[in-house]
Amino acid sequence: MSTAPVTAPRGVTGNILTSDAAGAARTETAPFGHALVRAGEKDTRIVGLTADLGKYTDIHVFADKFPTRFFQMGMAEQSLIGAACGLARTGLVPFATTYCVFATRRAYDFIAIGAALGRANVKIIAGLPGLTTGYGGTHQGIEDLALMRSIPGLTVIDPCDATETAQATAAIAQHDGPVYMRLLRGVVPVTLEASYKFEIGQARLLVDGADVAFISTGLMTTRALEAARTLAASGVKAAVLHVSTLKPFDRAAVAALLARVPRIVTAENHFITGGLASAVADLAVDERLSIRLKRVGIPDVFCESGSLPYLAERYGMTAAHLATAAQEVLR
Amino acid sequence: MSATAISAPLRLTRDTTALRAHAKSMRRHVLRMAEIVGQGYVGQGLGIADVLAAVYFSELHTRPAEPTWPGRDRFVLSIGHYAIGLYAALAEAGIIPVEELSTYGADGSRLEMSAPETTTGVEMTGGSLGHGLTQSVGMALGLRLQGKDARVFNLLSDGECQEGSTWEAALAGAHHKLDHLIAIIDCNNQQADGAPSKVMGIEPLHEKWAAFGWHTQRVSGHDFPALLAAFAQIRATPGKPHAIVVDTLMGKGVKAFEDREKNHFIRVAPEEWTLANRQLEESA
Repeated sequence: MSTAPVTAPRGVTGNILTSDAAGAARTETAPFGHALVRAGEKDTRIVGLTADLGKYTDIHVFADKFPTRFFQMGMAEQSLIGAACGLARTGLVPFATTYCVFATRRAYDFIAIGAALGRANVKIIAGLPGLTTGYGGTHQGIEDLALMRSIPGLTVIDPCDATETAQATAAIAQHDGPVYMRLLRGVVPVTLEASYKFEIGQARLLVDGADVAFISTGLMTTRALEAARTLAASGVKAAVLHVSTLKPFDRAAVAALLARVPRIVTAENHFITGGLASAVADLAVDERLSIRLKRVGIPDVFCESGSLPYLAERYGMTAAHLATAAQEVLR
Repeated sequence: MSATAISAPLRLTRDTTALRAHAKSMRRHVLRMAEIVGQGYVGQGLGIADVLAAVYFSELHTRPAEPTWPGRDRFVLSIGHYAIGLYAALAEAGIIPVEELSTYGADGSRLEMSAPETTTGVEMTGGSLGHGLTQSVGMALGLRLQGKDARVFNLLSDGECQEGSTWEAALAGAHHKLDHLIAIIDCNNQQADGAPSKVMGIEPLHEKWAAFGWHTQRVSGHDFPALLAAFAQIRATPGKPHAIVVDTLMGKGVKAFEDREKNHFIRVAPEEWTLANRQLEESA
């Protein structure tokens, strides 16, 4: 077997705190951690806990500010979620952090039974959604939304940027009920307008357009906005509907868009089955809407490790891929 | 009814004769529930009655007419299928009506075969094993943070010591020095597929809990003076969480059930109930 010569500079995965902020015009550091401190200043019921990932899920900001209201649970995710449920049962509002893969794969029963069936007022904040880590299949949360959407009574949120992460943190702190929220950590891009207002369960039409519509969630909305700008330059009017709450799903907003613009590209930082695309397809069937749908997301594989730009390119998740998908549904 | 009557605490006693009487009454409740459904976890309900009588009537600070009083001691049942025993204790304590026990396991009843937390007096939905101690740790952390002088009792089973999450929680209880957390491990030597020693060995339990940093005692779950002494030791031992391993006999109090083999889930012929009731009344 021959080794191909290195012909171009390649990305490296040496920095485990890698983020998606490369090239972003504006960023904020630890938007979740700072938002949780602000919420915690107003509401003394808020407590934090983690499973040996405080520094890597930005909750160390809260722990530094409120050391007695922070509980280290060690590398034990079942104990993490169980303890969060117990804390909630004494009237507190616990925010428990770990990575998507560990929360959902290791502690599923504790989320389903302890948090959701028990209607415990816990907030599970899960880092490294989809392809936001240089690690491979062990750390990439590619099916967490599918797993969490399948649990009755659980609210599921995938924020787009630093602005929405902060707003959603404040909103779920006030919401009475169990929540699973994906976390963008560290240096996080600011891509939504300053006027953006997050509300649990509300999809937001960020750009209107009659030719084709992107329905996107999480950080893919940033790329959908970029793709819409690219398409506009070539005369194609693309709408962007941002659905940051996967559950409860904003059926009215999505159905209205499907009826008006039946050429759809879904975009999610997640397995293309079981997440946003599936929710859109289910809705189209339920509402008897005939649409042409192209799903952009992670294919049915465990992904490689690599730098984030490399992974986005490798698995067809860039803004350019979204623009191409839009051209395909227009054909 | 006046406000003081609503908030009246459950009267506690350390008189073993009174506790035995509570246990006997609870066993009658268990037999009545089991007879109505014709089968079930009667072995567990009878086996744990003495331990539950000791906890509910000598230790647990509750207000029967105000079951969600924030300052209450929590009794967390990990092992949902022991619900029959818990309902007997709740009825005996006046937290649920005795008459309601006749709905145990019936369609539409809140007294489900495995206790749901929507039922009055049930702190947590158990049944998926290995949850109880993890939530109890959280309750203990939350009560301490809020300055509440309340304790958390968690009843788990010997088989439940095979769940990894039980030991995750055991680490956390010791790490956070939860000396107001008491784990009671019921050793009836019977799980779904047989004896734990055959299914997956868990002994020596005393040494395991002690090695995890718990103040550990092992007593007979049918010996009231020993149970009360264990609770006294707990009050005298600060700084660590507490484990009491209680050895119990499934079906205790009804000879026919005590002698039955493979009795995780007992099937009982209709004519056997008369004998069972007679044997209970004749028992010590």
